[in-house]
Amino acid sequence: MGEPQLCDISVSGRQGINFPQPDVPLASFPEGFIREDLPMPELSELDVIRHYTRLSQLNYSIDTGYYPLGSCTMKYNPKINEETARYPGFAFTHPLQPIETVQGNLALMYTLQEWLKEIGGFAGMTLQPAAGAHGELTGVLIIRSYHRSRADNKRDKILIPDSAHGTNPATSAMSGLRVVEIKSDSRGNVDLDALRQECDGTLAGLMLTNPNTLGLFDEHVEEVIRLVHAAGGLVYGDGANLNALLGIIRPGDVGFDVMHFNLHKTFSTPHGGGGPGSGPVGVAAHLVDFLPAPVVGIIEEGDQEMPPLYGFITPSKSIGRMKSFHGHFGMLVRAYTYISMHGGPGLRKIAEHAVLNANYLLALIKGTYHLPYDRLCMHEFVVEGQWPDAPEIHALDISKRLMDYKFHPPTNYFPLIVHEALMVEPTETESKETLDAFAEALIKIADEAHHDPTLLKEAPHVTPVGRLDEVKAAKELVLCCGVATLDK
Amino acid sequence: MKIPSTLKYTESNEWINLEGKTGTIGISDYAQDQLSDIVFAEVIVNEGDILKKGDSIATIESVKAAADVYTPVSGKVISVNEDLGRAPEVINTDPYEAAWIIKIELNTPGETNSLMDAAAYEKFVQEQQ
Amino acid sequence: MFIPHTSADRAAMLRAVGIEKLDDLFKDVPAKYRFPTLNLPPALSEMEVSRELQDISLANESVHDLVCFLGAGVYNHYIPAAVDAIIRRGEFLTAYTPYQPELSQGTLQAIFEYQSNVAALTGMEVCNASHYDGATAVAEAVNMAYANFRGKRTKIILSPAVNPQYRQTVRTYAEGSPVVLVGDDPQSDLKANPDGLIPLIDVDTALIVVQYPDFFGRIYDYTKLAEAAHAMGALVAVSVNPIALGLLKAPGYMNADIVTGEGQPLGIPLSYGGPYLGLFATRKEYVRKMAGRLTGETVDNRGQRAYVLTLTAREQHIRREKATSNICTNQGLMALASTIYMSLLGKNGLRQVAELCFHKAHYAAQAITNLPGYSIWSSTPFFNEFVIQTPTPVSEINDLLLDHDILGGYDLSQDYPDLSRHMLIAVTEMNTREEIDRLVEVLSEVSNG
Repeated sequence: MGEPQLCDISVSGRQGINFPQPDVPLASFPEGFIREDLPMPELSELDVIRHYTRLSQLNYSIDTGYYPLGSCTMKYNPKINEETARYPGFAFTHPLQPIETVQGNLALMYTLQEWLKEIGGFAGMTLQPAAGAHGELTGVLIIRSYHRSRADNKRDKILIPDSAHGTNPATSAMSGLRVVEIKSDSRGNVDLDALRQECDGTLAGLMLTNPNTLGLFDEHVEEVIRLVHAAGGLVYGDGANLNALLGIIRPGDVGFDVMHFNLHKTFSTPHGGGGPGSGPVGVAAHLVDFLPAPVVGIIEEGDQEMPPLYGFITPSKSIGRMKSFHGHFGMLVRAYTYISMHGGPGLRKIAEHAVLNANYLLALIKGTYHLPYDRLCMHEFVVEGQWPDAPEIHALDISKRLMDYKFHPPTNYFPLIVHEALMVEPTETESKETLDAFAEALIKIADEAHHDPTLLKEAPHVTPVGRLDEVKAAKELVLCCGVATLDK
Repeated sequence: MKIPSTLKYTESNEWINLEGKTGTIGISDYAQDQLSDIVFAEVIVNEGDILKKGDSIATIESVKAAADVYTPVSGKVISVNEDLGRAPEVINTDPYEAAWIIKIELNTPGETNSLMDAAAYEKFVQEQQ
Repeated sequence: MFIPHTSADRAAMLRAVGIEKLDDLFKDVPAKYRFPTLNLPPALSEMEVSRELQDISLANESVHDLVCFLGAGVYNHYIPAAVDAIIRRGEFLTAYTPYQPELSQGTLQAIFEYQSNVAALTGMEVCNASHYDGATAVAEAVNMAYANFRGKRTKIILSPAVNPQYRQTVRTYAEGSPVVLVGDDPQSDLKANPDGLIPLIDVDTALIVVQYPDFFGRIYDYTKLAEAAHAMGALVAVSVNPIALGLLKAPGYMNADIVTGEGQPLGIPLSYGGPYLGLFATRKEYVRKMAGRLTGETVDNRGQRAYVLTLTAREQHIRREKATSNICTNQGLMALASTIYMSLLGKNGLRQVAELCFHKAHYAAQAITNLPGYSIWSSTPFFNEFVIQTPTPVSEINDLLLDHDILGGYDLSQDYPDLSRHMLIAVTEMNTREEIDRLVEVLSEVSNG
């Protein structure tokens, strides 16, 4: 029937983990503060292990199958990362320890800052943001602060292409800026005329994902950046699609002023079912002073005998603190490990094979699925999940049927500018065999859509659960187990 | 797609039923169809509020989308549909009658001239699809 | 490296795509900038990288090498072996966000149970799937309160006893917003009862934020403050240390509207600053105003109970610039770690840990008060952290403690100019009586004058 909830298997009196008796005299509790009851489950350790192990078996994961999710870069998460992040010298250090006791950590962070600067072509870097969206907020606040520092206070407009990820406009709104959407042209590039019209004295910046969410490298990227700069604006790069550019081009070289990296995409740190991520932000020279505090720097130079003393620095015009402490260190160790294992040529190989895989897969299916922008793609592509002669079938149905073929669906309904979009990103860690099998499944499903559509409409059939009643979930809003009922 | 000829429409898919100086406002059949199953609706203005054309009057959510509803005219809110919060699905089943959102007393004549009639709105809807 | 392609694979694929060589894939990239040489060290094998990272890690001293009395927001607690055993499972670790519920029931049910456990712990009705950390959770509470009043109320009162890093984060987030932050200026009387903030509450106040236990370790009953806030129509947010809630009355029972917190103490390693876990819970009436993901219970088309992300219409991928927040990836695996921790300990284990922290901290405080030259700064009841006044600057004392392999408490002069020579000491279940005695002994080496 499904795995019971914790509150169903809880048995009064059970306890998984026990602690020793106090080895100190007992102090008296302050009156009026002691909790009367704590309605939490009571389970043995075996109960807990079985419950969560069985739950895990209901999940699809990279370790069990391929995820063709566009713009997510679901590449293999190396196990060595999990080892290095757990070395006690990393895992058991307190963020407020005196810097002399954590020079290893600080050296790692400093080096990672330098490596990411080198990879992206930037002059400054912060490792503090917790995720891509957090990096976006950091970057947009930097842009805003930069203009205000030059008394350029009329600049309150952020331009965002219509293909952009929802975090881009949400971030701009959070920063108190107004969003103007720029349409794409027929080849999927930013429409230059539309852009020109918006380049005026109110322009704070443009948020650009390149390659964009169609998987296309903007054919006029240099002109786009030139136009924004000429109008006094700055260009923010959404680095979600960096996997296509490693060792191929450095966004900083082309003129991006600020860009976030997604370590949980490009740099192999695991998705964890919804995080944690890490969203470092790189900046050009004129924005270095605005980085959030603290940044890792060299406090005392080293020499032949002594390594430098690393510590924390507050940039002179810092936008402030984006969260507690200085970043998701555990994810930084993983990214450091990953980059160490690749080096420059290795990173370029990643981009080459990510892009090769995407184009290969596209070549296999483009006769069967409509490709709205017929160009060489980068690391991902978007096709339409619909056929004029099978009007009942939507991208959603194709996605659910893919599950019966033991594949996770591609990204659905995004970007918004393609009808019934299916966004596919293979990543470089998938083999030719996997891509051949995936293409074969897609082609079979296209055939089913035309001759036996019920198979799609009623899919999935082989998964632990079938299609869910999302309306019921939203209307009845059962968000907690029985135990959590507030009972004053 | 139902588009009653007695009503006027906006490009943000609201309808308004004008009777003298009173207007009744809701969202069109096309709008509810786009949203699909509506799970939540909240009227965010109160009786007596003075509104300007374009002010937000309600939020509607479905499983896959959310939409704000705007008043097509300026005026004073006379009454608010209290039932919408309890039974938001009525917007899907009866968008032009039971799912009215607010009644407003217009205070700026001439604003209604820029609204679309049923024929113009039908054309507008066809262009969206 | 992790790329499986052989030359035969590559050749076949290039043929299928219709190009000669890999470089041809990048013809859209401006030639001027194409194919830069990246100045990075040569690639290491797994064996070499493992050694290198070990060496780097050994250039640190951890709380395994040093006895830890440092807290100030994150703490050295015991993490049961079962937590890591489960979160390392590839099915959890390498799973994507559960947007396709049919393939993600493991993650979804685990989040649902996490939501339930945190709601129970905090005494609240609903809880989201996580924020980044305790600091950003407070910032999101401020955004939520501001949005709740549709911009009509702009005043946010911050108690000066809220973690300074949290208040700094709120200020950064407030940059783009009309909110006005008051209550925590440097001249604030830190010894005053938080009820002293009540006169600041008016009809322009959207939210008042307090911490429990506060940054100095003190515990207060916020019921009266909440009453005063509600009388003015304002909301109350309480930022918590969840371990304390194993013993202490939860803020839900003090009528808090929002409870946030740092979940690191619940089975998440210190890891030099993160990843951690932002707790966020509220009342059912505010659920739509709350940012972050939510998992709800429903049924599937076979009649089975199942779980799905719900109320997604609030989120960035649908609402875009009208979303309550831009949050996307959050702290999923850390939320899982914490709910495993809470399940393993259960109601009695959580109480046990809290009591150990309480008794050991009070033992330490008592012993230190008896040392000439030292005193306890406040007589207000505390949980497991307390402030001592020291005879010499805290930095000097901490240097001496370090010589004895002890990590001393937090130097409060860094954040509160009036608190020079004040140290914030944390004691947890990990500190033995011997370790506490050793701390006291070394402290006694530094006496008055």
